[in-house]
Amino acid sequence: MKSNETWKSWLRGDLDLTDTLPEAQMPSALEPTGTETSQTSGEEQPASMKTLERWELHLFQKLYPFFAVLMGLAIVVVLMATVFSLPRFGGEDVPANNEVAERYLADGIEETGAINFVAGMILDYRAFDTLGESHVLFTGVCAVILLLESTEEVNIFRRKKTKKRAPAPRLDLTKDPILHQAALFIVPIIFLFGIYVVFNGHLSPGGGFSGGAILGAGLIVYASAFGFEQTERFMNRKVFRMVTLCALCFYSLSKCYSFFTGANHLESFISPGTPGNIFSAGLILPLNIAVGAVVACTMYGLFSLFERGKI
Amino acid sequence: MISSFVVNFPLFCIVASLLCAVVCSVLVSHAAEKVCWGLLMAVLAANITLLVYQIQNGESVTFMMGHFPAPWGNELRFGILEPMIAILLGLVLLLTAIGGRMHYFAQAQTGHRSVYFTMLCLLQASTMAMLFTNDIFTGYVFIEIATIATCGVLVSRNTPGSIAAAMRYMIFSQIGSGLFLLGVILLYGITGHLLLPNICAAVQQLWATGEYHLPLTAAISLITVGLAIKSGLFPFHFWMADTYGSASPGAAGVMSGVVSKLYILFLLKLIFCAFGTEVYYDSGAQNVMFVFGAAGALVGSVSAIHQRDINRMTAYSSASQIGYIYMALGIGGQAGVIAALFQLIAHAITKPPLFLSLARLRDVSGNSPYFADLQGAAHRDRLAGISFTLGAMSMVGLPTMAGFIVKLQIASAAVSTDIGLKAIPTLIVLALSTVLNTVYFLRTVLRIYTPSETHPADPKAPWWSPKGGRVSATLAYAAFAAMNFGFGLFSQPVLALLERGIGMLGF
Amino acid sequence: MLDQILACLPEVVAVLLYAIGFMLLLLHKNLIKKIIGLNIMDTSMYLFLASMGYIQGNIAPILTEGATVADYINPIPSGLVLTGIVVSVSTTALMLALVIRLYRAYHTLNLDEIYIEIQRGRR
Repeated sequence: MKSNETWKSWLRGDLDLTDTLPEAQMPSALEPTGTETSQTSGEEQPASMKTLERWELHLFQKLYPFFAVLMGLAIVVVLMATVFSLPRFGGEDVPANNEVAERYLADGIEETGAINFVAGMILDYRAFDTLGESHVLFTGVCAVILLLESTEEVNIFRRKKTKKRAPAPRLDLTKDPILHQAALFIVPIIFLFGIYVVFNGHLSPGGGFSGGAILGAGLIVYASAFGFEQTERFMNRKVFRMVTLCALCFYSLSKCYSFFTGANHLESFISPGTPGNIFSAGLILPLNIAVGAVVACTMYGLFSLFERGKI
Repeated sequence: MISSFVVNFPLFCIVASLLCAVVCSVLVSHAAEKVCWGLLMAVLAANITLLVYQIQNGESVTFMMGHFPAPWGNELRFGILEPMIAILLGLVLLLTAIGGRMHYFAQAQTGHRSVYFTMLCLLQASTMAMLFTNDIFTGYVFIEIATIATCGVLVSRNTPGSIAAAMRYMIFSQIGSGLFLLGVILLYGITGHLLLPNICAAVQQLWATGEYHLPLTAAISLITVGLAIKSGLFPFHFWMADTYGSASPGAAGVMSGVVSKLYILFLLKLIFCAFGTEVYYDSGAQNVMFVFGAAGALVGSVSAIHQRDINRMTAYSSASQIGYIYMALGIGGQAGVIAALFQLIAHAITKPPLFLSLARLRDVSGNSPYFADLQGAAHRDRLAGISFTLGAMSMVGLPTMAGFIVKLQIASAAVSTDIGLKAIPTLIVLALSTVLNTVYFLRTVLRIYTPSETHPADPKAPWWSPKGGRVSATLAYAAFAAMNFGFGLFSQPVLALLERGIGMLGF
Repeated sequence: MLDQILACLPEVVAVLLYAIGFMLLLLHKNLIKKIIGLNIMDTSMYLFLASMGYIQGNIAPILTEGATVADYINPIPSGLVLTGIVVSVSTTALMLALVIRLYRAYHTLNLDEIYIEIQRGRR
């Protein structure tokens, strides 16, 4: 008779089938403690529900570290064994050192115009990866904007919880004389260096990503030392949007042109130029500049979003 | 050789999706919405053209991304399967986004609405890129785009619960991508290639000579485990309940209908084009997949029965359906793969309308996801009730619906396979899981159709009330139901196309 | 054994770092520490990847006078590491943003406490 009742109750949806487990099965240590019992008894839900879920949670918490360590150990053992049976480290005869790498090195300068073989590889031979890569950054910053940018409209958390509290005291670096003086001296150098790295991406180590990160760091130092009011004169939401829009659109369209001509064996007007010149290597220099602009804006944008909730 | 302009369409689709994503981020929400719908429809049209062209063409096309041929430059490669699945997933993305539009606009922060459409465009881009690419590392990059964009779609609901769910999702996905990347590195280290055909040639040779046996096995299992974690296979399905339970209906539909399928499809592509089916089978990964798939099908169903929250129940049902896909893949052979693909399609067109109609049923029941409050909800919103019932019928596997063909296919694949060991467990799991499915879906359907005294239905409420986004929701329900019946009644042409498609992949 | 380890030291270190990151991610309740664990995991993979392209005694793949093709290291892993770094920057930023939002909502960084809080709210 009892099972019939249980069945009906489950069908009604206010009972979990596991509720029928006898209470004796629960470890006694997990019975709700004093204060919580008084809370739960007031609710409509049967108290055993709570105990069961607590029990499950407790069991999970007991077993979890054990399984986690086991899993970690398993991964280490397997990977260690794998590492020892991999091709010899640093050898010239490893499988990765094959005709692909050889062509990148042997014909790279002729075919891409870039003296930096890595730049030639990522922005010409395997440009599709890099196209995706710059959009990963864009996706990330969009998601962060979605999460952290405070809008004037309803913001659930702000209104409910933090409005009454005073904002956490922040270290205000704009009053720091040492940073102030040092920044005056160092920021122009950082910018100069960043621009150099971006513009010489095809000639020397560096490129859009590293140069953009340096420029972004310069912007962050500038904003920390002189306050966001100063950076807002040339770097605000509008500028951020426009730079991202122009740079990524230029990137996609130019690469689309290059892929299209390549795949259809059409003549492309982009030529590698004279290797070694600053204006050479076809699309690599403009692409580096576009990527550098995006990365610099993204780095600064992330900092600004984390720091004050807007760009 | 490239003979027709049509073969350029995948390139244009990917670039256009990326461009539209960037453009959407600077537009106001209504303009962004129009751009996004326009893009999704254009990609759909392009893929249909491509499919028609490919059916006539009859052989798979390799498309060079740039001026350099295979081992040096990136490549796209497509036969019949890729445009076909791209059409399907594009349609699911479009319909889910249209159907979930009303909830999205009610829940999202006003200033950020356009970012949601950016994320949809990026998801479309990664769908296209992951389906068409012939390069494992490009696959990795677009997997990450898909993950971050999914997280963006997920947090658009902007409640603390959905953010905690997004955190969970990110942690699991990052473990998954980490393992996947590790597998890719190992594979690169022992083969020296990133393009799938070259990897495949090297892998066949290595497997035959027995050189680097352990790294190769490790790479195969790391890649499989990484993608399985990301798609929510059985021991790693915990994130699904929280994530789908607290996401907005559009986000849950997109995640269950498109994103989790993408990872499975990419894994399938790697099995065919990077490892080769024989090597994959010999490495034993397939049997492990079968075991976990079968376990997932059962555990998901059992967990679903336990739930008192209808969203979480549907999420666990998703876990069990993903288990079916892996189980069918684990059976192996042509029939198994076709069954897995058909299950993938059937699930992609069944789960999103379930989530969409659930959200409506919740809305008319005081926004409560509990069964007790949902009593009589189908009388309060009849269309959502019908849509939910149809989806549930397909999940259970009633004849004339897509879900029925799936069970038929899996069963016949299991029986026809030469490995007798798998046939009986498959049939038992199928039978048990069908019974469990029936139990929890029947309970839900009974509940929502039982008249309720506390929330009486308005007898004068029209069946069709075209206001406040109902048109779009109705359109989505109708289209999904039509697809469901379409795939159920006319499954033969689809199965024939799938067979030709996997033939072109090199089965 | 020691010789064997020393012969492929970067790879062994990468695997150990990976394990450290993995255990941090799995065992720590604190979300920030989980993210640190993830970052260590990512970094170890870049070390692993970079060590795949290293050739004993060779120089960086940038045109140098007097060097022939056989004198450079493999440029491909370097490019792939760059891509990987960009991906991990984006995901780290996204996860940190999520943590900030979670802290604002629940005033804790402990994932278990957040989970219990949600369970309470669900009922």
